[in-house]
Amino acid sequence: MKAFRAHTGLVVPLDRANVDTDQIIPKEFLKRIERTGFGEFLFHDWRRKPDRTLDPDFPLNQPRYAGASILVADRNFGCGSSREHAPWALEDFGFRAIIAPSFADIFANNCVKNGLLTVVLPEAQVAAIMKRAHETEGYRLTVDLEKLEVRDDSGFFASFTMEDFNRRCLLEGLDDIGLTLQHEAEIAAYEARRFGAR
Amino acid sequence: MTTPATSPRTLFEKIWHEHVVFEPHGQPPLLYIDLHLVHEVTSPQAFDGLRAAGRSVRRPGRTLVTVDHNVPTTPGHLPITDPIAARQMEALRRNCEEFGLALYDIDSPDQGIVHVIGPELGATQPGLTIVCGDSHTSTHGAFGALAFGIGTSEVEHVLATQCLPQQRPRTMEIRVNGLLPEGVTAKDLVLGIIGTIGTDGATGHVVEYTGNAVRSLSMEGRMTVCNMSIEAGARAGMVAPDEVTFAYLRGRRFSPSGAAWDKAVVRWSALRSDPGAHYDRLVEIDASSLAPFVTWGTNPGMVAPVTATVPDPAAASTAAERGAAERALAYMALAPGTAIEDISVDRVFIGSCTNSRIEDLRAAARVARGRKVNAKVRAMVVPGSQAVKREAEAEGLDQVFRDAGFEWRDSGCSMCLGMNPDVLQPGERCASTSNRNFEGRQGRGGRTHLVSPMMAAAAAIEGHFTDVRKWRF
Repeated sequence: MKAFRAHTGLVVPLDRANVDTDQIIPKEFLKRIERTGFGEFLFHDWRRKPDRTLDPDFPLNQPRYAGASILVADRNFGCGSSREHAPWALEDFGFRAIIAPSFADIFANNCVKNGLLTVVLPEAQVAAIMKRAHETEGYRLTVDLEKLEVRDDSGFFASFTMEDFNRRCLLEGLDDIGLTLQHEAEIAAYEARRFGAR
Repeated sequence: MTTPATSPRTLFEKIWHEHVVFEPHGQPPLLYIDLHLVHEVTSPQAFDGLRAAGRSVRRPGRTLVTVDHNVPTTPGHLPITDPIAARQMEALRRNCEEFGLALYDIDSPDQGIVHVIGPELGATQPGLTIVCGDSHTSTHGAFGALAFGIGTSEVEHVLATQCLPQQRPRTMEIRVNGLLPEGVTAKDLVLGIIGTIGTDGATGHVVEYTGNAVRSLSMEGRMTVCNMSIEAGARAGMVAPDEVTFAYLRGRRFSPSGAAWDKAVVRWSALRSDPGAHYDRLVEIDASSLAPFVTWGTNPGMVAPVTATVPDPAAASTAAERGAAERALAYMALAPGTAIEDISVDRVFIGSCTNSRIEDLRAAARVARGRKVNAKVRAMVVPGSQAVKREAEAEGLDQVFRDAGFEWRDSGCSMCLGMNPDVLQPGERCASTSNRNFEGRQGRGGRTHLVSPMMAAAAAIEGHFTDVRKWRF
């Protein structure tokens, strides 16, 4: 897994609540059997008009946000379907971190597995970031997982928390399947205890 | 971390405790997974991961595999006209062969939506931990199992280790007092709950549904309620097992039999929350206050009784909610103040892991019997599994639907998410028994209203929403 320590990048605001994974990556793009190549379909139906041309009103399509790597959104981001294609698409598009007041559980889990950081901040702080990203062209933030801080160079500062194990997995880019497999003896003993000898 | 065995424990805590393999220092508890359900859409990359790391499937016998999301629902599931869908199903076939997994393939008499066939084969049982790369895995909690959706990386983790490192979720009791009135179904109950607590009202929690109204539900009804727990953000939904559960499971293929059955019932009977057990949150709902519900917006929390009108966004309590409601109404092409009963529909879909079981089809057929689908409506019934289809046909339900002008289809996820050819056209409006009314869910530009099977059948006949409580059968 890709490690995440700290990242500084351009911020794009997506001022919507309850953004579901059907919007992040619509179902017609879930039939690929690879892990890569989902970025071009990110937010497909919001980014593209029915004739498939880009909608200039959608933030991700605006030149000032080209190359953004930090997405800021409203509460309950990533709700709905468990499709890991959603973080794959965000990551493939170039995002490294998402900031919101809350995230859906399965989506947040899936992000950790893909080195994509989800930062939970109070609504007022998210609103402050959103405002700055709207008002200041080229607005950049630093998201620092080692220090558990979000900051810009014009005075914005917020600290956040993250569950220790997930933080360590991200910082070190750990293979968590490998970690579980180190406990083969315990798993085998558990199976023997519950199901008897095999 | 674990509660001592002497203090009162919730159903969730009992199952959790039983499944913690151990708690590594500095890591979340490792939870053993009893049953892993697998389908074609969220598994190919997991099998690739196993191959790349040279890993095998630890417990093939605890892995149940079928194809459901992509399959056409035309007779015999044929033809498969989408080459990319065909490739995904073929990949699952190859992966099952390579890793030694049994597959309920497209031509199997046991094929069906994974959340329908798990219970009907008796693989879903009280007290189990069950996962699947699908958010609606919460369905299986209806049996008093701890069942939750996972992503593809976790699918790979379970295939390789039969375990998952899991942070312990919080618990919430949703107590539904009283009884559901006639014409108000399990679907209306869960839509009412989501409308009350919101689409993130249960985030981070495992919900246990309790109370008379829940106890009075059939297994199909309990599955409908638990199925949509995820639409309130819950990690899982559960109902403690009882005689209704045991009666459903008795004699099914993977259910215990003989002496093992008797022992299992004793064990399962202990799977209930102890008096005085502590939940982190409690929500109480009065069942008698509920009505048949219809969603008017673009998430399942945007819901109103059929007798109500489309709400005015101006009445929303916050600017964010107002904006969301305005945006939803624009997408749905609805004006505030429109009576729900005046909303006409172009399509009707009866199916999905929420409402495609035999009881759902019986309820819809009761409404459809001797009546005709409105001439401007195209209506479709998609049984959840081949077994449901056979049972419905043995009861003559297919003929009731056909006589009324419904299409009678083969089993699969179908128009719930439209990964197969069953999709809405842009601008089409659909009364759907499925679980999500997100923008574009049933087809780009399609407008979905979530309802119960009875309400969907009634809308098909009238051509608009109508209060099924006024109907005589």
